[in-house]
Amino acid sequence: MTTWTLATALLSHWRRRPLQFGALLSGLALATALWSGVQAINAEARASYARAAIALDQNGLANLVSPNGGSLPQSAFVRLRRSGWNVSPVLEGDYRFGTTRLRVIGIEPLTMPAEAQTVDLGNAGDLLSFISPPGTLVVSPGTAEKIRGQTDLALRVSDRMLDGAAFVDIGLAQSLLRRDGELSRIVIAENQRPGLEPFGALVPALTVREPNAQTDIEQLTESFHLNLTAFGLLAFAVGLFIVYSTIGLAFEQRRPTFRTLRCLGVSLRVLAVLLLAELVLFALAAGAVGVAIGYLVASLLLPGVAATLEGLYGASVPGTLSLRPEWWLSGFAIAMAGTLVSSAQSLLRLMRVPLLAVAQPQVWGRSSQAGRRIQVLAAAALLALSGALLLWADGLQAGFGILGCLLLGASLLLPAVLSGFLTVMQRTSSGALVTWFCADTRQQLPGLSLALMALLLALAANVGVGTMVSSFRLTFVGWLDQRLAAELYVAARTEPEADRLRAWLATKVESVLPISSVDAEIRGQSMQIFGVVDDPTYRKHWPLIAGLPDVWDRVASGEGVLVNEQFWRRERLRIGDQLDLANDWKSTVVGVYSDYGNPKGQVIAGINALTSRYPQVSRLRYGLRVQPDQVADLRASLSGEFGLPPDNIVDQAALKEQSRRIFDRTFLVTGALNIFTLGVAALAMFLSLLTLSEMRLPQLAPVWAMGVTRRDLALLELLRPLVLWLTTFIAALPLGLALAWVLLAVVNVEAFGWRLPMHIFPYEWVRLGLVVLAAAVVSVFIPLRRLAGLAPSELLKVFASER
Amino acid sequence: MERYICAIVLILAAMVIALRNLSKSYETAEGRLEVLRGIDLDLGAGDSVALTGESGSGKSTLLHLVAGLDRPDSGEIVVGGRDISKLDDRGRAAYRRTEVGLVFQQFNLVPSLDVAANLAFHAKLAGRHDPAWENELVERLGIGPLLTRYPEQLSSGQQQRVAIGRTLAARPGLVLADEPTGNLDETNGDAVLELMLSLSKGTGSTLLMATHSQRLADRLDRQLHLRSGKIT
Ligand SMILES: Nc1ncnc2c1ncn2[C@@H]1O[C@H](COP(=O)(O)OP(=O)(O)OP(=O)(O)O)[C@@H](O)[C@H]1O
Ligand SMILES: [Mg+2]
Repeated sequence: MTTWTLATALLSHWRRRPLQFGALLSGLALATALWSGVQAINAEARASYARAAIALDQNGLANLVSPNGGSLPQSAFVRLRRSGWNVSPVLEGDYRFGTTRLRVIGIEPLTMPAEAQTVDLGNAGDLLSFISPPGTLVVSPGTAEKIRGQTDLALRVSDRMLDGAAFVDIGLAQSLLRRDGELSRIVIAENQRPGLEPFGALVPALTVREPNAQTDIEQLTESFHLNLTAFGLLAFAVGLFIVYSTIGLAFEQRRPTFRTLRCLGVSLRVLAVLLLAELVLFALAAGAVGVAIGYLVASLLLPGVAATLEGLYGASVPGTLSLRPEWWLSGFAIAMAGTLVSSAQSLLRLMRVPLLAVAQPQVWGRSSQAGRRIQVLAAAALLALSGALLLWADGLQAGFGILGCLLLGASLLLPAVLSGFLTVMQRTSSGALVTWFCADTRQQLPGLSLALMALLLALAANVGVGTMVSSFRLTFVGWLDQRLAAELYVAARTEPEADRLRAWLATKVESVLPISSVDAEIRGQSMQIFGVVDDPTYRKHWPLIAGLPDVWDRVASGEGVLVNEQFWRRERLRIGDQLDLANDWKSTVVGVYSDYGNPKGQVIAGINALTSRYPQVSRLRYGLRVQPDQVADLRASLSGEFGLPPDNIVDQAALKEQSRRIFDRTFLVTGALNIFTLGVAALAMFLSLLTLSEMRLPQLAPVWAMGVTRRDLALLELLRPLVLWLTTFIAALPLGLALAWVLLAVVNVEAFGWRLPMHIFPYEWVRLGLVVLAAAVVSVFIPLRRLAGLAPSELLKVFASER
Repeated sequence: MERYICAIVLILAAMVIALRNLSKSYETAEGRLEVLRGIDLDLGAGDSVALTGESGSGKSTLLHLVAGLDRPDSGEIVVGGRDISKLDDRGRAAYRRTEVGLVFQQFNLVPSLDVAANLAFHAKLAGRHDPAWENELVERLGIGPLLTRYPEQLSSGQQQRVAIGRTLAARPGLVLADEPTGNLDETNGDAVLELMLSLSKGTGSTLLMATHSQRLADRLDRQLHLRSGKIT
């Protein structure tokens, strides 16, 4: 017999069962797609963090900094240079070009070590224009687009630049940021002459900061990517389950063919090699489709992911996907690995099981009593571990550990719970049909349990993440109302204009609230310090979480400051703690306020305290309190009087609307991934039911023969998955709430630094329940139609044929 | 309750079966296969009748028709004064539920139910669940130790006894058996047949049994032979 004849004999199985074939390929393709899609998104984000790291200081070189995080004098740099150290000065700060805020990084190209040079200024002409007035901004193409026309400075575009940042000459940076003679840090090159005088003797006031292994952004966004990976893994596992069960069934159904071939003299090795080749072929085909779909999914999701990362962490990621060949390769690799893993058991059985053993497709996937007991024990252990982690561990990893153990434990427990429920129903019912219905459903559980577990996970994730996002939204909207108390926000273009504006406003509005801030480094973190005037607006509206009773008096008198929640939690501060705000500025923490959506730490001080330390602080922006019905008039006269562009006058409603839009966009990805996962779980359920429906006849025929109509049987067949879907849904509700609680109270606190109150949204459950019901009905539709169209002769065959 | 009374009435009415000019054919790849060509047959209440014939002569086909599992091409199947071939799906299901008991060649127990539940299944469907009678059957069939097992954990002989028990537990007026001892050795087969005969006599059921074995056929009241689609 030639190999070709053999191959056709094996492949003919799939031709006769196109549905099974479709299930196999679509399961494999979906698993690959979601996996490689998530990988693509993560890779794109990581690539842009790497770009950010190169641009912003984190280039693997050590730096000299001031221990309290303030700025350092330029003289320190001069002293080091004179004594022979190979060092280079850097000054960083935020600067507004029109409406665009840029991170301005002032460098000195001549002394900058080669390792740290992001942008090549080697060309003499370029170098000259960079360092000589008026100066050049080196920016990314996207940034160039935004600030063109907003500045007189020359622009140079570099692909290697990060969006939102600009390289300038250090002199220009000092004048833009109004920090003459100041530096943020001094970069230390790797190659130094031997025998130099140590830093301690030269610049005793400064400390060396060793390079970070991981960039700040990477650390911050770790949880987000972990989340995404978890979703990808979940979907991958669900997809693989489809593959696993289809391959298992197909092998079992082909056992007679294998037996015949073996009897005809085909060796076990040839047979195994052929089957393996068949699987590899499928993996390649499905892998190609999967990677293509994965690319599509990733490019659809990436803008949303970019928005999330921007909104939550301030990380800038481009919204477009670049096609990388390594994804194709890794996509194929994962498809191949998935196929091999899910077919290993079947192949092993083929090698081990004796030649003449009877094929038992009905028993396929039925687990043993012992297996079930192990599963329940493992579930209990995981749930206990989750509880232990909750009590005794902390950190983001522990948070995800709690989640993982909880979800896995609960899903392992599900089949036992369902089986117990059905046993009780069966025991307590006296009707023959109800008894049969329960017993029969229980018997099908092993074949469905993986799909049901996947469904439970997807539903719980849906309820949990949905509850978290909705709770967050509710809190966020309430918080916005407090935080955006001023009716109108206005920004002057220059300081003189700001002075005129203040004078003009004094008679026109109830109060003028300056919005002035400086960047600072406090306790090693990059922070903002805001100055506020003493105004009833703050006393009435500001969202304080904790504080002394007279907190605003203390802030106004300059005696104390407020900190935002994330900084408070990160540093484990307490009311009354001392804080080093700048070189000679110490203050006491007197209160904490919530500050959602801000990746950075923040401090609020009295305006006088701030301006006395930072006399040059920009005073361009103001919040204005007026009667709501005067907003439109004031707006009109402001733009009439000062000719301010529309972007510089924003009213509260527009600002809230914009914030809400950003918020919703931020959680778009989460929603999309939720739906994907649910979709895959539903598909798994559908395919399992379809597979099982092929084996239903021997179960149904005797019952039919004893006088149950085909219509009643069909109704029971419809009821069965509905019961399973709905009990799984009900089980998913408490699990989802537990998940939401862990997300809100543990993971969010670790990841973002804020804790949110949990709200419950039963209406959303009803909606999810309806979706589940619809999916359940769809999932039984094909098997049911098959059954309804069943001719008595089909059922009769059961009585005639060999078992 | 109503159904229950109805059933009792039906049993009490002498079960008379009359087949008139019954024909059945199958469409096959080689064309039309005429299996039964005009069968005429009368059975009285409490009769026990053996149906013999070569393999493929149509014994199972005939039993399936009488059981209301399939429809004839033409002819009448009158049971208890009513032509069951004219009934709709629901009517035939009710007929199977309350009036007929089937013992198949392959036993065909319900795989998901244990022996006890299998035994009570048909009786419950028929609305004639009678624990005392079931206990007696269990006793006489010797399946007491098997009650909590599942069909796949039983030998052929054990399954066979459960299948017979299931049928008799429902006290059907008509018992149809398709080679019920085909999978058993001679001694076991004889014992099972003996049991079935005495039990169905006890309930006053009519028994129609297809068999290959002349020896078994001799033990019944009457014998019919199927050849070329006719009864000879
Ligand atoms: N559904 C069907 N479609 C086509 N032909 C059928 C079908 N069922 C039975 N036959 C054919 O009808 C004929 C009679 O079959 P039947 O099963 O009634 O025979 P039997 O007497 O019971 O045989 P055995 O003693 O082997 O059980 C056979 O030739 C069989 O191949
Ligand atoms: Mg037969």
